[in-house]
Amino acid sequence: MTSPAEVPGTGGADDGLAVRTAGLTKRFRSGQVAVDGVDLRVPRGAVYGFLGPNGSGKTTTIRMLLGLARPTGGRAWLLGAAMPDEATRVLPRVGALVEGPAFHPYLSGRANLARLDAGDATADPRTARRRAEAALDRVGLGAAAAKPYRQYSLGMKQRLGLAAALLQPRDLLVLDEPTNGLDPQGTREVRHLVRELADAGTTVLVSSHLLAEIEQVCTHVGIMSRGHLLLQGERAALTERGAARLVVTTRATQVTAAVEVLAGVGLTEVAPPDGIPHPARVDGPVRITAALGPTPPEKVSAALVHAGIDLLGLEVVRPNLEQLFVELTGEGFDVAR
Amino acid sequence: MSLAEAPAAPPVPAPAPVAWLRLLRSELRLVLGRRRNQVLLAGLALVPVLLGTVLALTRDSALSGQGPSFVGQVTGNGLFLVVAALFLCLPFLLPLCIGIASGDAVAGEAGAGTLRYLLVVPVPRTRLLTVKAVAALVFAACAVLAVAVTGLVVGALYFGLHDVTLLSGSTVPVGEGVLRVAGIVAYVALSLTGLVAVGLFFSTLTEVPVGAMAATVVVAIVSTVLDSLPQVSAIHPGLLTHHWFDFAEFLRVQVDYGVLGQGLAVQAAWVALFGSLAWARFTTADITS
Ligand SMILES: Nc1ncnc2c1ncn2[C@@H]1O[C@H](COP(=O)(O)OP(=O)(O)O)[C@@H](O)[C@H]1O
Ligand SMILES: [Mg+2]
Repeated sequence: MTSPAEVPGTGGADDGLAVRTAGLTKRFRSGQVAVDGVDLRVPRGAVYGFLGPNGSGKTTTIRMLLGLARPTGGRAWLLGAAMPDEATRVLPRVGALVEGPAFHPYLSGRANLARLDAGDATADPRTARRRAEAALDRVGLGAAAAKPYRQYSLGMKQRLGLAAALLQPRDLLVLDEPTNGLDPQGTREVRHLVRELADAGTTVLVSSHLLAEIEQVCTHVGIMSRGHLLLQGERAALTERGAARLVVTTRATQVTAAVEVLAGVGLTEVAPPDGIPHPARVDGPVRITAALGPTPPEKVSAALVHAGIDLLGLEVVRPNLEQLFVELTGEGFDVAR
Repeated sequence: MSLAEAPAAPPVPAPAPVAWLRLLRSELRLVLGRRRNQVLLAGLALVPVLLGTVLALTRDSALSGQGPSFVGQVTGNGLFLVVAALFLCLPFLLPLCIGIASGDAVAGEAGAGTLRYLLVVPVPRTRLLTVKAVAALVFAACAVLAVAVTGLVVGALYFGLHDVTLLSGSTVPVGEGVLRVAGIVAYVALSLTGLVAVGLFFSTLTEVPVGAMAATVVVAIVSTVLDSLPQVSAIHPGLLTHHWFDFAEFLRVQVDYGVLGQGLAVQAAWVALFGSLAWARFTTADITS
């Protein structure tokens, strides 16, 4: 066993976090504060979904993490190493995709990877070819390796970007919008790849402005809005936090009585269905929703049954991250700033 | 996987010179393999071919009255085709090619977005800049050599290589003549280093390579214009282009190395100034492309 302190680049600042920032801030010369006092905490081994609408500051944060831009305030550590000072030492263990792929258009995918590998002082030139082929195969580009980059489709470009991040074994992957431009199948493949890498022990920080695309692979989530990190933590715990709603299905004839019972046990925002059901379906099923609050659902069902109401269905609905975001900001997730 | 095991053995970097050379090889392959740059070199090589052909066909010394005396001597000695072609390319074509190559060096990667990926590999910024500078210098040398070598070959084929008549009228044997012309080629190549540094600096300022290229060429042109204005004669000795044509010194009986040294010293000063500016800018700039 190696103690973290003995591994260069993982000095005293290592507290089991693969990415840590403290008060990270970027004020552009225009005066705009794109990132404002962000405290990221990405545990080692996590798949951290860095989510937020377009323009919320995700890419700017990632640029500072990788030493491409200097913070105007605060600090950042990758794998325990302070950035950007220790970039040369720590970045070989970090694979990155930043704001979309970018390669030389007239070089082939393979030649582009060779170019990046030639810049890596820690890469063994003797294995360069083999590692490039392996990375290309891994992202499904093996057959297009010899094609010039400019002939690649958007999805293939994105894949080549991922292949570049996988040229070497990595402890941390920082993937900025890796599913941009991919079709649903490609998006599934990226999710699969992320899960596979995480299973092998790589920490993954993955950003997206499309919550639903990435939400399911994340163990942790951080949500950005207007340069602020609104909340972060384990995904399961975060969605628990959202206000749960109860959906009761009963007969149309019993709606009024059911609403009374629900209000009686202390539920709020009780919403009966709008309008009167069609005469032919006057006895059909109808859904009533209510904010659950602290009331246990089993108490509600007992009260309904006790009042003689036919309980056709009862469901507790937790908000997903998107609804949570809307709840927290009062804005839709897809608003760009 | 336990946390303590998570950081695998840290990768061991190759010694800096080894890493530097590997990147330089890749950079040279990129610069010299690029179609546009090959076309530029071919275009330059075309100059002595055209000039030699025209002179061979007309076989007259129509040019002898106009240009410096060595242009008129071409038909008598192919060696002078090298000198005449360099003389023709030096005011504009060579600065243009160098402006394109050096202006593109960093800005081209920034504009394409490949710069951010090189930097997160990570390529240390100083290493990247020095590699870019050396590659731009190599391209400048190739540009001069493209003119010189084709000039030599075409001149030899059309007119043969003979003993060289110097500016004063005295003659030196062909061997010494070749050495003197080689001196001219080297001096011209070194005279362009200042412009390479200027181009590299502009290249660190922008993500629009064409802007950096144009600015570099403009610097060469403005310098030439200023050099022709007697009102600003005080600054002439320090101008980027002022000493460019001092290569004619090699055609005197007694080569005045003082004059040549002065020209090279001015270039060294421009390289130092704009090299430092480029370094200061590039090592601190935010990469926002
Ligand atoms: N180089 C820059 N100069 C000025 N403003 C910028 C720059 N880069 C980004 N911004 C602004 O900062 C904000 C955050 O951008 P970004 O980090 O790219 O957001 P995201 O990646 O979450 O979509 C945006 O409002 C954007 O316009
Ligand atoms: Mg972004």
